[in-house]
Amino acid sequence: MSKRERVYLDYAATTPVRQEVLDVMLDIYKNEYGNPSSFYQEGQKAAKIVSNARDTVAACIGAQASEVYFTSCGTESDNWAIKGAAASLASKGKHIITSKIEHHAVIHPCEALAKQGYEITWIEVDQDGLVNPDDVRSAIRPDTILVTIMMANNEIGTVQPIGEIGKICKEKKVLFHTDAVQAAGALKIDVKDLNVDLMSFSGHKIYAPKGVGALYIRKGVRIANLLDGGAQEKNKRGGTENVAAIAGFAKAFELATTELEENSAKLSELRDSLMNQILAEIPYARINGHKSKRLPNNVNISFEFIEGESILLMLDFSGYSCSSGSACTSGSLDPSHVLLAIGLPHEIAHGSLRVTFGKDSRQEHVDNLVKDLKEIVKKLRDMSPLYSDFLKNGRN
Amino acid sequence: MQYSDKVMDHFMNPRNVGEIENASASGTVGNAKCGDIMKVDLKIENNVILDAKFKTFGCGSAIATSSMATEMIIGKTVDEALRLTNKAVADALDGLPPIKMHCSLLAEQAVKAAIKEYYEKNGLLNDENKALFDMLEEDPH
Repeated sequence: MSKRERVYLDYAATTPVRQEVLDVMLDIYKNEYGNPSSFYQEGQKAAKIVSNARDTVAACIGAQASEVYFTSCGTESDNWAIKGAAASLASKGKHIITSKIEHHAVIHPCEALAKQGYEITWIEVDQDGLVNPDDVRSAIRPDTILVTIMMANNEIGTVQPIGEIGKICKEKKVLFHTDAVQAAGALKIDVKDLNVDLMSFSGHKIYAPKGVGALYIRKGVRIANLLDGGAQEKNKRGGTENVAAIAGFAKAFELATTELEENSAKLSELRDSLMNQILAEIPYARINGHKSKRLPNNVNISFEFIEGESILLMLDFSGYSCSSGSACTSGSLDPSHVLLAIGLPHEIAHGSLRVTFGKDSRQEHVDNLVKDLKEIVKKLRDMSPLYSDFLKNGRN
Repeated sequence: MQYSDKVMDHFMNPRNVGEIENASASGTVGNAKCGDIMKVDLKIENNVILDAKFKTFGCGSAIATSSMATEMIIGKTVDEALRLTNKAVADALDGLPPIKMHCSLLAEQAVKAAIKEYYEKNGLLNDENKALFDMLEEDPH
């Protein structure tokens, strides 16, 4: 293991801003400082930029421009969708259905609502992290006001049958929200085909900057405001528009949509190569998440007998940036709720590694990573009392 | 969260990794569920710790504190080793992030658990020194 150039393999955490996006943004920062709410020309030019961006994002997801609302991030979109739906439908009922493997931006708003008297049903997932649409169907009650299930999981990459769940919700006349933060740019999205009412997006996962996101709200769906303020976003989301970031986000989404097929093909090749090489060359490793219903850029593996933060630290030292579901990296005692939900025992969940590929990833990175991982896993296992126990006594 | 250079050094180049054959005593603390287990083997002659080795399943600071703790007790008398505190281990590593302090406690516990076994094996555990091992009952997490 020697110090090398940095190899970034954590694109699910965030992505670098791509040049085309930066160009759009820099031009706006330099030349278009107007407030879109202002009456005079500078303001109207800025308003036009935001309106064009809205058209672009709408086109990427098969929506009308009037159904797209810009926000500050994916977390805001999730909070708005969930808390907004809960507030506006409280008189109809206080029951919300979600899954056990949602992002914290969905889990925590649901928990906050539970403290206010709402009842949350947490749908279990199978060993691959899949939600069974029939479980959603049977969980729906007369007082159910919202179903929120993510489109693709950020940790294990499992892609949910959102279309089927959407159909059930439509039939049962229950609002359906999906967090598509990880899916955008990786999977084809058509809000009509998917039958979603509310859908969250984030800019910085698709090579736009941090600090911008969007919420799709189907025409006719009314949810309460989260941010009351000025008349921005048709009186639904106060706050002066982040004009440059919104334009950057739209540019990034447009490029991601144009390049979707080509990128998915390239990324899934790297993904499959990494999974296959690890399984072939490193013993006592297992892939987490579904084999085929999976984001094209996501690999999640558990290495038995060792702990994830140690793996990350050694990888970092060797030049790689990856992430882990280990408790130690989050500062909490429990490992990732997603890995526990798919049935991994604590000690195996602690030893997980997530690698997510992106624009600059190459086959060479995969091959080098496998070589270095082999050494790192061996070094940590040689230090592990669990491994020496296993060698002496087998599995207990 | 940022580790000190010393933590990184002891993590990347851990001292005293391994097991001692026919160890005078050994102690294992922690559990896999919480993500860290430490096992310390001691070789003791004439009340002096001649050698100490460890095996650890855990994060960077768990491995670094095991390495540092074993280094700090080699050559010491058993009584001196019993006075090793988790704070001393953390200080010797130029500090640990607050959420990682439990790792140093685990290292102190591992050393004490091994010495307790040594006392028990040699009929040295008595009412007077028993209290020294009360901290083994604490949950470091």
